[in-house]
Amino acid sequence: MEPLMAITIGVLFAAAIYMMLRRSIVKLVIGLMLLSNAANLLIFATAGMVRGAPPLVPQGLTAPEGPVADPLPQALVLTAIVIAFGVLSFAVVLVRRAWEIVRADDLDKMKDTDT
Amino acid sequence: MQLAVLGGFVVAGMAPLLHHWFGARTPLVMALLPASLSAWLLGQWPAVASGEVLLLEWAWVPGLDITLTFLIDGLAWLFAMLITVIGALVLVYSGEYLRGHRDLPRFLVVITAFMMSMLGLVLADNLVTLFVFWELTSITSYLLIGFNHTDLAARKAALQGLFVTVGGGLALLAGFAMLAVAGDSWSLAELTRRGELLREHALYTPLLVCVLLGAFTKSAQFPFHFWLPNAMAAPTPVSAYLHSATMVKAGVYLLARLHPALGGTDGWVITLSLVGALTMATGAFLAIQHTNVKKLLAYSTVMALGTLTMLLGIGTEGALVAFVIFLLAHSLYKGALFMVAGILDHETGTKDVTAMGGLRRVMPITAAVAGVAALSLAGLPPLLGFVGKELMFASVLSVDAWRPLILLLAFTAAFLTLAVAAIVALRPFFGVPRETPRAPHEAPHAMLAGPALLAALSLSFGLAPGLLDPLVGATVAGIGAPGAEVHLALWHGVNLPLLLSLASLLLGLLAYRHWDRLRAWLARLEPLMARGPEAGYEALMAGMVSVAGWQTRMLQNGHIRNYLVVTLLVLVGLVGHALVFRHTLEFDFALAVYFHEAVVAGLMIAGAVAACVMRSRLAAVAALGIMGFSIALTFVLFSAPDLAITQLLVETLTVILLVLVLFRLPRFATLSTPIERLRDLAVASLTGGLITLLMLSVLSGERLPRISDYMTANSQPLGHGHNIVNVILVDFRALDTLGEMFVLALAAIGVYAMLRFHAEAYDARRQAPPPERDDG
Repeated sequence: MEPLMAITIGVLFAAAIYMMLRRSIVKLVIGLMLLSNAANLLIFATAGMVRGAPPLVPQGLTAPEGPVADPLPQALVLTAIVIAFGVLSFAVVLVRRAWEIVRADDLDKMKDTDT
Repeated sequence: MQLAVLGGFVVAGMAPLLHHWFGARTPLVMALLPASLSAWLLGQWPAVASGEVLLLEWAWVPGLDITLTFLIDGLAWLFAMLITVIGALVLVYSGEYLRGHRDLPRFLVVITAFMMSMLGLVLADNLVTLFVFWELTSITSYLLIGFNHTDLAARKAALQGLFVTVGGGLALLAGFAMLAVAGDSWSLAELTRRGELLREHALYTPLLVCVLLGAFTKSAQFPFHFWLPNAMAAPTPVSAYLHSATMVKAGVYLLARLHPALGGTDGWVITLSLVGALTMATGAFLAIQHTNVKKLLAYSTVMALGTLTMLLGIGTEGALVAFVIFLLAHSLYKGALFMVAGILDHETGTKDVTAMGGLRRVMPITAAVAGVAALSLAGLPPLLGFVGKELMFASVLSVDAWRPLILLLAFTAAFLTLAVAAIVALRPFFGVPRETPRAPHEAPHAMLAGPALLAALSLSFGLAPGLLDPLVGATVAGIGAPGAEVHLALWHGVNLPLLLSLASLLLGLLAYRHWDRLRAWLARLEPLMARGPEAGYEALMAGMVSVAGWQTRMLQNGHIRNYLVVTLLVLVGLVGHALVFRHTLEFDFALAVYFHEAVVAGLMIAGAVAACVMRSRLAAVAALGIMGFSIALTFVLFSAPDLAITQLLVETLTVILLVLVLFRLPRFATLSTPIERLRDLAVASLTGGLITLLMLSVLSGERLPRISDYMTANSQPLGHGHNIVNVILVDFRALDTLGEMFVLALAAIGVYAMLRFHAEAYDARRQAPPPERDDG
């Protein structure tokens, strides 16, 4: 599965970067979302993808029986997902405010600090 | 000694306090420091005279081979003596020259710091230490030239001096590094013993070029000579000390110090003798065009520095002896003459020699001192300058390569210098008295003591040059002619050097008689002069500013996508290069994929691509949602139930948020041209491809043992939890989670603030005509 994921993640990154290079600020936000998802997947997939072995300890035991998926990248990605949501909501509201004040969606027209 | 030098910096820092205690007598008190140092040096004389090389060890950074070891041989001793003796005299002199000046304490701080840096420079045995002191002299010199910081010309001159010398210093640093590599030592004492090794090393030519660049800029050699006359914007004591007797000789000192290590090759001999001879002639030629007494002296200093460089280039035993005599003679007479120039300026209020006349009646002692010092400058018997000049001519006559040219340049310099000496010594003191801005009086004793002592030394060494035999012998031994038999005499009989001296005397007097006409004639060369090296410096500075402006406009252009493109292309270039050329790409894995997994991956790709190409905002958000939910499915399929739950929740919230907010935003507009889109697509594909490659190469590499094995094993026993991911989040890495909560709280506060602000602004705007709305 990992080689397929490698290609998928490459496409996701390419899409994210393409969107971040747009002049429209709304597309920039979409690019940001794609980028955070791509990064999360990258961390998750690089650690190795295991089918049907969640990192859980069965009731009554002190350790999982047999090998399980690596729990550490999962913990990191979990944190990252939540943070990315925080960043996104902030960015979306910021863009909205900017639009209300500047009335411009074009990043090239948002080069001054004092509008 | 090291303690004395380092302590000297402390004394320098205490100057304002001392000034508080001693008032106008502070310079006298501070002069005790160099005076006692010179007394200590005198105590070392017997050892130095017997040819001993004193090494005062002092470890500084042992791990890097950097020491504060001081090396005292004849050469270092001579320079240290000049620095301390003239330093003491200059301090005494400046007390009078700057009497009542409100910035006197600042002056004392900087000049004492300079004195100590200079002393450290000539005594240092370690290349790094030498370099540190070298740069310190550049910085203190900058502060001293710019002492009158309200004067634009002074600030400009200070900056120019700094740029030229520090620029050379950079080259010198590179040169030193190569020197240390080639000679396998940072110690000068060691390096001077490894001359053969160095001269045959592959790095010899580049290191020589770098070292010479450093030395030439510091010692104002052609074509870097222009900063020195401009540095005359400094107060006269500074000019007398830094820009004639000491700092500008640092470059010459370095060349002399490295002569045993690097000297003797064709490159060394030809470069030094030609550059030196050119500098000599240029300095003398430019000198006679000026009427400002300090400029006259400054250009004649350039001439003298050229002479010293040329003599080191010639490098025969006779030339080295001439070098030492000329160095000593120049420091003595030039220090005296500068102090006389300061007296003239101080008493008459002008620096223009053509505006003075007949001053010998009111200032007889000054006139006598000036006369003696100028005789030495002119190279006339019975002064030390004469001895030096005879030896110089003798060495030039012994040159093999380029002899006629060097002789011509040296002869021109000699007779023009004679004219300069006559101008300085005769013009202000003889002839008809003239009205000057201030009514002149004889200078106070403190100002006369220094020049008088230096002039007296010039005279007595000239009358009995034999006194200098041991000193010259010991110094020459340090430059690379050990065991030289030195017998100096004033009179060598009638020989070719004497005849050359006579001829230069006649021509020089002729030039003096017709000086005014000569100057008028030379003034016609002005347009040519305006294209000299200084114009090159100005052009370089202006060019630097415009290049900086251009590249700031280019790089800091305010377009976020340009920054991104540059950053990404650099990333792709560097990482891609390393990946392809430094790393063998091997891919060996079985592609074990179930059908439903491939479908999920396909959905992700389709969602991402669709989000990019959709022209409707709703469709783009829906495509993003498809991608997000497919990611959640992937998490479900590959053993990450917690991630799947989180992703589902967040994805739902995101879609709701976007739907709510995006519809208050403008429609998608097509703002870029197809070519721009193609360029962006190329950058994006390159980066995406690089990441795929990187991930594949990571996957095919060897797996290191997991660091989470400890967590897996201890989740239940230590954390009392069955879900290992949860235990990691709230237990093993609880601080991370705490930080995450802060981030979320901050983002929430930011969002809330922006929405609140919006509401208030809306209320305020309600009275005004409704703003343009876009309800897409």
